[in-house]
Amino acid sequence: MSHLELKNVSKSFGPVGVLHHVDIEVKDREFVVFVGPSGCGKSTLLRIIAGLEKATSGDVVLDGEVVNHLAAADRGLAMVFQSYALYPHMSVRQNLSFGLENTKTPRDKIEARVAEIARMLRIEELLERKPRQLSGGQRQRVAIGRAMVRRPGVFLLDEPLSNLDAELRVTMRAELAALHKRLDATMIYVTHDQTEAMTLADRIVVLRDGRVEQIGTPLELYNRPANRFVAGFIGAPHMNFLEGRFAGGEAGAARIELDGGHMLSLRIPVRPEGEPITIGVRPHHIETQGGQARIPATVTLVEALGPETVIHAEAEGQPRIVAALAGQRAITSGDTVSLALDERFLHAFDADGRRVTEGEVAEEM
Amino acid sequence: MSGIATFLTRRRGGASWHFTDVLAWIWLVAGLLLMFGPVVWLGLSSFKTRAALSEFPPTLLPYETAMVHVEGFDEPLPLYRVMMEDGEERLLVQVRRIGTVAQMADPEAPEEIIRVPLAARQPVREIKLATENYSTPFKRYNFLRYFYNSVFVTVVATIITLIFNSMAAFALSKYEFKGRTAVLAIILATLMVPLSVIIIPLFSVINGLNLFNSLWGVILPTVATPTGVFLLRQYMLTIPDELLEAARMDHASEWKIYWRIVLPLAMPAVAVLAIFSVMWRWNDFLWPLIVLSDQELYTLQVGLNSFQGELNVQWHYVLAMTVVSMLPVVVIFAFLQRFITSGIASTGIK
Amino acid sequence: MTVETRQGIAGGGHFASLLLAPLRWAMNLIDRPMSFVQRRFGLGGVAATFLAPNMLVFGIFVLFPMTLNVAYSFTGGGALFLNNRVFVGTLQYETLLACRDFLDAASCREDRFWRAVGNTGFFVVVQVTALVLVSLATALVLNREMRARGFWRAVFFFPVLLSPVVVALIWKWILQRNGLLNAALLELGFEPVLWLVNRGWAMFWAIFLSIWAHLGFYTLILLAGLQAIPRDLYEAAEMDGAPRWRVLTRITLPLLWPNMVVVILLALIRAVQVFDEVFVLTGGGPGTATLFLVQYIYETGLAQQVRNLGLASAASILMAVVLIVLTLIQLLASAWRERKEQR
Ligand SMILES: Nc1ncnc2c1ncn2[C@@H]1O[C@H](COP(=O)(O)OP(=O)(O)OP(=O)(O)O)[C@@H](O)[C@H]1O
Ligand SMILES: [Mg+2]
Repeated sequence: MSHLELKNVSKSFGPVGVLHHVDIEVKDREFVVFVGPSGCGKSTLLRIIAGLEKATSGDVVLDGEVVNHLAAADRGLAMVFQSYALYPHMSVRQNLSFGLENTKTPRDKIEARVAEIARMLRIEELLERKPRQLSGGQRQRVAIGRAMVRRPGVFLLDEPLSNLDAELRVTMRAELAALHKRLDATMIYVTHDQTEAMTLADRIVVLRDGRVEQIGTPLELYNRPANRFVAGFIGAPHMNFLEGRFAGGEAGAARIELDGGHMLSLRIPVRPEGEPITIGVRPHHIETQGGQARIPATVTLVEALGPETVIHAEAEGQPRIVAALAGQRAITSGDTVSLALDERFLHAFDADGRRVTEGEVAEEM
Repeated sequence: MSGIATFLTRRRGGASWHFTDVLAWIWLVAGLLLMFGPVVWLGLSSFKTRAALSEFPPTLLPYETAMVHVEGFDEPLPLYRVMMEDGEERLLVQVRRIGTVAQMADPEAPEEIIRVPLAARQPVREIKLATENYSTPFKRYNFLRYFYNSVFVTVVATIITLIFNSMAAFALSKYEFKGRTAVLAIILATLMVPLSVIIIPLFSVINGLNLFNSLWGVILPTVATPTGVFLLRQYMLTIPDELLEAARMDHASEWKIYWRIVLPLAMPAVAVLAIFSVMWRWNDFLWPLIVLSDQELYTLQVGLNSFQGELNVQWHYVLAMTVVSMLPVVVIFAFLQRFITSGIASTGIK
Repeated sequence: MTVETRQGIAGGGHFASLLLAPLRWAMNLIDRPMSFVQRRFGLGGVAATFLAPNMLVFGIFVLFPMTLNVAYSFTGGGALFLNNRVFVGTLQYETLLACRDFLDAASCREDRFWRAVGNTGFFVVVQVTALVLVSLATALVLNREMRARGFWRAVFFFPVLLSPVVVALIWKWILQRNGLLNAALLELGFEPVLWLVNRGWAMFWAIFLSIWAHLGFYTLILLAGLQAIPRDLYEAAEMDGAPRWRVLTRITLPLLWPNMVVVILLALIRAVQVFDEVFVLTGGGPGTATLFLVQYIYETGLAQQVRNLGLASAASILMAVVLIVLTLIQLLASAWRERKEQR
């Protein structure tokens, strides 16, 4: 049973505020991912949970108990560091058993536990080696093993895959997901890679400049981003943002005029004519054939990826629109195409970047 | 009660005091006293007059018994605060002392002699800086000469060291030639053979070259420092060869490459070596002591040593000259502290 | 960095360029013969020319004396130059090593040598041990999170830059009969002590002084080593629940070991050559209580009425052997350790 709550946590280093009033609840056995751009305070938040850093204000609550003043070792958490932080002068076996030795665990018990973990992570042959004699992926496993040794209730992982090459990262990602299932443990995982977040998380916490922007399941964030920042951050390639303004319409079907003169009609509340609005549309929801609301555009770049074709195009008043078209298309740079936005999947954000879309409009099929 | 305890022991970040924190602070404060104290004491003492220096127990600041000129006496007389028998306190000068009784007089009315037991009088003291401790050795003794010799040795040796070492380092880092490894190995080996091991034969070499009792005899053996060659070579190795090749494409001569490209780029390392060299040469003792026999040629360190070795040590001059001889080093350190410490930390030389 | 240096030179202003002008002129003058060498002998010749001044001085004042030293140690007589000296074989070494009982200096023919050896041995063991421990403690303290670390580092470091004569005089002044220390003792109700006249105390202060003067240097090396240990490791240890002393013994000290080897090596080599400070402080006395090897060599070979160059050379060869052996032991130890770690 490991239930974690952050209540109104703020942190500043001297005069610089790094985290502002963060409230997060992590349920038992949940896999929660913190994402956000570099420097937004993810690591700091994780380190506050771990007890390596003290919050300036607010509480860290573990299983209903405020643990603000509990030392890192006494919180029953384990951390996997971005740099792995394996003790370079100790063998893998010593690295794994160090934590248990600190709690005066009997020798035979330590050995049994180390053996069990080595088997689970398939590092049995590596036990007598020093960290510098291991490959990146092997070090990664040892680091995770060291975290597992003391059977913590909560695992904290700070960008554990960022030092691996792309291919290994995909493999380790799958292994981590499997490990989470098997260990039945709570995991809090920090990354700035939104793909990692989408594939691993039960729930995602999006942070920006020390503030929580949105918390939700991957699909909630994808389908109903609370604001323009989350919409732009989640999903690849990034969402297109088209600037425009209200142009009348009736209740539940506002008319929007995009810069450049294209008209759209959206199922959102009508606002006074002329009020600015930003329309968000994911590249996958743009087609060059069929559909309504066609926008003539000139193709500036074509990326033929095989299963899909990504085109960058320029329309009047809209300098850059990216569309991901299914399959392979006979389009070349310089062609003029007619872009059709799927109005079922349009997102609208007001001048402050807040979502104004109503109801079930953005539900995936 | 426990509230006060937690308040007193509370620290930044809310962590409580660990006993190692206390130990660390004790260590630091003791270190401050032990490392700085003696130097401060030297500085204070160097301003005391000879009489004040011989006082025991010593006073902290350079006090001096106040002296006043009194009509009818040629010499100034010491001023005392005297507790009279009737309990009144008076300021009197001491005319002379006979046994346990002092003959004293009122400076305003010196004709009348007052007899006072020694115990009843306290000297009136005022702070006085004995700056003549600093000026006299320069005027009356050879210290100006010593100072000049030290400056000469330090400056000349440092300049030659920088030129010779940087040239050698350039050759050893930027050219491939037969015997390079051998030269490097020889230099490395001698890094471990200190001067103190070869003083006897070196002495005869110096004599053979007619350099005995000459400042050049002090300078020359010190300039080919293997340490300097290594320091500069390590640094020059980091200068990309492409730069040299580009210069060669521009028809620069090899000498020009050394002088106009590599040397300016190696400035940080050259500066470190320059500072070290100044320190070394300024502080050298054993070798100048061996080579220089003529007082006129003594460096400051040797002169200071011979001065303090005299039978009747004139501490007031010794202390002042000690301060003078550490002054350049202190000034350099004050300005270049960060530079020196990081230089030592990264090169491991001293 | 390129930019920085360029600016440094260009930004020096008018005064600097005035100073640099003759230098530039001299350098251009040298350019001609150097260019000739380059045309005539190629890059090899250039390299040799660059090496020549340094290696010449080095050869005359370091390499040549080193070989000469060996030759001197096999000769006798009072002559200064080797060609006037008589070959005596190993007589000088025999003189130095002639002892009835090696544990008793008085039983040796050259008893001052054996006293110097004994004193130096004692000094090396005690001073190096204490110096390393004190430096380590200071480095550990300075490595903590603290305000004004630069100031504290300077406090422990600055004596390193003082000349040995200055160091000795500072302390001699404190330790003299009417000195500060005795005044403090008197204040506390103790009897004053003649610090430098008592044999035991003289040795104590010799050791104390050399630690005082050099501890900053070793502290700095150790501190650099400590700061190179990634913070991550300490945090990982914190997560692993390691108590402080275990972090020290299992993480900090093992990772600091390479620096410790350097420090011990340098401290040993320096301690064997102890001379300057102690010579000024005590002159080797009282009696021979603080007579060390270098002073013995200096006095035997150069400072006595009758110079005994042969004996002094032999003694310095023996000292050089000790230094070389020490170096080799240390190098082997660290190489062995590295090999073990590779496995
Ligand atoms: N010890 C510190 N002192 C001062 N500022 C700090 C400290 N640690 C972090 N910061 C600042 O806090 C902010 C958040 O840092 P943090 O390491 O949490 O970012 P992050 O989200 O993990 O970024 P990244 O993805 O690059 O790892 C940064 O602006 C950083 O400069
Ligand atoms: Mg981070």
